[in-house]
Amino acid sequence: MTAEDVTMLRHGKVDLALHHLRDAAPAGGRPLLILHGLGEVSAKRVPAWAEAWTGPIAALDFTGHGSSTIPRGGGYTAELLLADADAALEALTNGDPALSITVVGRGLGAYIALQIAGARAAQVRGAILVDGPGLAGGPTGPTSQSFFSLPTSAVTPDPYALVELGRDLRPPDYATQFVRLALAGSDLDEPIAVASVFRPEWLEAVAREHGVMQATLAEALAAYAD
Amino acid sequence: MTSNPTPIATEQVFGDPSTEFEYPGAEHPAREYQLNANGLQIAVHEWGDPDAPPLLLVHGGFDFARTFDVFAPLLAAGGWRVVSWDQRGHGDSEHPELYSWDADMRDALTVFDHVSPGRPLPVVGHSKGGALMTQLADAQPFRFTHLVNMDGIPFNRRIPDVAEHERTKMVSAEIAGWLDHRRTTATAQRKPGTVEELAARRGRMNPRLEPDWLERLVTTGGYESADGWRWKIDPSMRFGGFGPWRPEWTLMRLPGLPMPFLGILGREMEEMGWGTPPEKVLPYMPLDGRCEILEDVGHFVHVEQPDRVSGLVLDFIATPGATAGGAA
Repeated sequence: MTAEDVTMLRHGKVDLALHHLRDAAPAGGRPLLILHGLGEVSAKRVPAWAEAWTGPIAALDFTGHGSSTIPRGGGYTAELLLADADAALEALTNGDPALSITVVGRGLGAYIALQIAGARAAQVRGAILVDGPGLAGGPTGPTSQSFFSLPTSAVTPDPYALVELGRDLRPPDYATQFVRLALAGSDLDEPIAVASVFRPEWLEAVAREHGVMQATLAEALAAYAD
Repeated sequence: MTSNPTPIATEQVFGDPSTEFEYPGAEHPAREYQLNANGLQIAVHEWGDPDAPPLLLVHGGFDFARTFDVFAPLLAAGGWRVVSWDQRGHGDSEHPELYSWDADMRDALTVFDHVSPGRPLPVVGHSKGGALMTQLADAQPFRFTHLVNMDGIPFNRRIPDVAEHERTKMVSAEIAGWLDHRRTTATAQRKPGTVEELAARRGRMNPRLEPDWLERLVTTGGYESADGWRWKIDPSMRFGGFGPWRPEWTLMRLPGLPMPFLGILGREMEEMGWGTPPEKVLPYMPLDGRCEILEDVGHFVHVEQPDRVSGLVLDFIATPGATAGGAA
């Protein structure tokens, strides 16, 4: 591998680190975007499981993680991270809505991969959901959770990210809405692949939806390769 | 970064009071300062005797504390130290990197802890401020002696029957529109204009409010630069949005509230309101709660009828423990 190649993407008042793990091959190939789990950082080299991918490979540090900005006083939502992922999508497709990417998300990143597959259905050619930190998320309805301040420092991951994104609400029918959006806007029969062993309630519901493939990570990558 | 411990109130005057338009009964706050809320500067505005017992006013979304310039002095005249703050990104508070319901709630706790440490106090919330405080009253009831909710009870507005594929299209367009907006937030600016133009724009959202009132609002919630006036609110904020939260989840917290509760609801539905039919709220009243439904009044009950609404609030909070239907 060469020295680390990172692009900083501006999303609102946050700078996001997009790590380019492998450049485009002469033959081209669709970019693969890797989304990390809660409290993780992006891989700095191509993971063994992605070696067979022929296109460029990039990994995004979400807000408050890795080399991305730590916001003041928290305020994280999964939907904000969806917009983080959208900034990476825009960068990897050079802002061309005719181009597409494939997304692999671990844990929390799996939930975000599902969301972007629905939100940008024509530009996400396959989202693969795998196990990782933050996969379960919070409850599925109104809660008695309280509110409190946390000690912070200049070091990622931001404790507010850990707490807020670990307890965000994930109603199953909210999650499955993104499957329907993906199916309606994609020309793939199965635009989403569930490759995780652990299936929290939202993911169990997603896995039952029409248009969702149940496959290993390797099988799903092969299915979305062309 | 300094090594000094933070939350410290820093006194200052926000904006330029000499450029504020006059309006009958409107008063610039008697005291203004910034509070450090977990690294973010939150602007606090106070009216009335600093030694009087404190009362909190909480504004709604896309509003700011100075929308209480007429209402707050009326409550202060009733013997209260009236305290309000600008929510993050609103009014004179800093524009943060992120926005969320939980973050608003934590910012609120910084104000509660500064104004009334360890002691409960009466709280009056309007619109989103009412909904925030209803959830906080459920999560941390020990902070409240009374809760007044002014037209801030969210309700699930049913969209008339549309086919499933139409609904999918609507949601798809909404989310794509939001993401497209996010792509512009690094450089977005509010549109400049004259005081009259900004007032007219706001008036389209609040057709029931007087032009004179709206123009004063521009001069307290906006700032003037070389090319005109702009609202102070963070240009990255956008009306609407989407997420897993459902409006009816606030309603479910109402019946269990232990403190005396007063709902003040306007009958007329408006764009900035929740569209909550008052009758839908009545079955959710807590044991020590009641609702006042104001006929021919819109979402901004305290702006349209400041004397009547401040009277209701003062009667209610002056009689701690008043039971349902017990107040005049």
